[in-house]
Amino acid sequence: MECADRETMRALQLERLQATVKYEYENVPYYAAKMDKAGVKPEDIQTLEDIQLLPFITKEDIAVNYPTGLFAAPMEDIVRIQSSSGTTGKPKIVGYTQGDMDDWGEAVARGLTMCGMGKNDVAHISYGYGLFTGGLGAHAGAETIGATVIPMSTGNTARQIMFMQDMKSDVLCCTPSYALTIAEAVEKAGIRPEDLSLRAGLFGAEPWTQSMRNKIEKGLGIRAHDIYGLTEITGPGTATSCIENNGMHVQEDLFYPEIVDPNTLKPLPAGETGELVFTTLCKRGMPMIRYRTRDICYLMEGKCPCGRTTVRMSRVFGRTDDMLIVKGVNVFPSQVETVIAKFEELTLNYKILVDRKHNSDTIELMVEFAEGLVIDDIEFVENMKKRVEHALRDILQIGCKVRFLNAGTLPRSEGKAVRVEDRRKYE
Amino acid sequence: MAVKQVSVFVENETGRLADLTQILADNTIDLNAATIAETGEYGILRCIVQDPEAAVASLTAKGFMASISDVVAVAIDNKPGAINAVLQILADAGIAVKYIYSTIQSAKGEAAIMMKTGDTVRAERILENAGVRLCTIEDLK
Repeated sequence: MECADRETMRALQLERLQATVKYEYENVPYYAAKMDKAGVKPEDIQTLEDIQLLPFITKEDIAVNYPTGLFAAPMEDIVRIQSSSGTTGKPKIVGYTQGDMDDWGEAVARGLTMCGMGKNDVAHISYGYGLFTGGLGAHAGAETIGATVIPMSTGNTARQIMFMQDMKSDVLCCTPSYALTIAEAVEKAGIRPEDLSLRAGLFGAEPWTQSMRNKIEKGLGIRAHDIYGLTEITGPGTATSCIENNGMHVQEDLFYPEIVDPNTLKPLPAGETGELVFTTLCKRGMPMIRYRTRDICYLMEGKCPCGRTTVRMSRVFGRTDDMLIVKGVNVFPSQVETVIAKFEELTLNYKILVDRKHNSDTIELMVEFAEGLVIDDIEFVENMKKRVEHALRDILQIGCKVRFLNAGTLPRSEGKAVRVEDRRKYE
Repeated sequence: MAVKQVSVFVENETGRLADLTQILADNTIDLNAATIAETGEYGILRCIVQDPEAAVASLTAKGFMASISDVVAVAIDNKPGAINAVLQILADAGIAVKYIYSTIQSAKGEAAIMMKTGDTVRAERILENAGVRLCTIEDLK
């Protein structure tokens, strides 16, 4: 499949697209109404280019359909729920049928194969397990291959290294920042990279830099691969970089990519940078048609020296919205705002400061107290801090430090306020 | 009768307290008594000044959160056991004392202490009945 000629691939994509659109039209009234409004019927999709007739799905569509309004399959056929942050207090809920799970495993398995992993290898999975798709996604891929899977999850770096040494782990799957943490701990422990069995690593879920890649490759004695994905589409494995390290191969028999101009929403040709849009071609639990990922990148066509013919996507250069990725978790300033709004002691004058310290992302909220608030008690301030930090953790799923400021301290800007300062370096 | 104290919320950053005292200096406001309660990140400066309203106005104009609240101020002899005698009276009456601080200088061999209690009115009545001299704001100059 990955080396199929273009005509075979396009014919398969068209057939699957037509089936997906028909299935979505018949099973998701919300999207059917969108199609009706756009004046397009499933039978209008005659060529792959006709996809441009179809309306987009956005994260706002997912939010108004919380929790399961966009599910196309009946709940009895849904075998798994995963979730990622929504733009408000409510998360995005994604449901998978058994077929969707199998396809997800297949997509990740192809990515792990690009890392050179086979059934005799030991897969060391240090992504978080749970609603986050990282851990269970990589896990499914390694199982599909038939490798020996160690479901480490994140944390306890000393134990990670012990397993790595004693179980002779071959391939590491985790976020790039955690890989760097492991690499530094390995060096500190006086272990030489050549003493580890690791050969390759599959890293994703957050932006990372070339210098991070160099440090990880040198520190662990491995070759680093990129993996891309998002929960709405399925999870990690939508695209993975091969040994050539020149773009990530999209599993395009399962996921159809487009690049559009984020302003006009008109399609852009390969090589031009714009917003990445994905249509799932086989998903049945919660199909996504023309889902706007908000990630900015470009597509590369042509056969790769590795032999694969699938289209490749470049690394992600940025976002068309204000979403932040902190510790691999999606964070929207609007989520923070819903928390602040619950406290009458606070104002909506706030600033989110994101930084990276010791290879780990940090997020801090600076927020002003309401004017006229009587503060004569340090206990009051400490209690407020605890309450706000707790409420933030409930919604963001990660710890966010809170710092209170006097009313009127933050600079007021004219027009759109600058709410986020990201001090992490991406080069 | 209670004395008005000014409380100011201060972020614990180098120079921040100096910003605050600079404002007081610029407005020729004299601190008669002052104390700071602090955690690692924040502090609350509590102080006695002769014109609390003017102090609050000048501080809020410069972006500080300042507010006024009541404290009980009493004159005590500057000798061992004096504070204890006062606190014992309040303890016997079941009145909680959240914090105390004293004037910066002691005049005439007397000192004054400021106390934040759970019940200002009752605390003052009980102390007065026990013969403790309550201070006015002028006494604290």
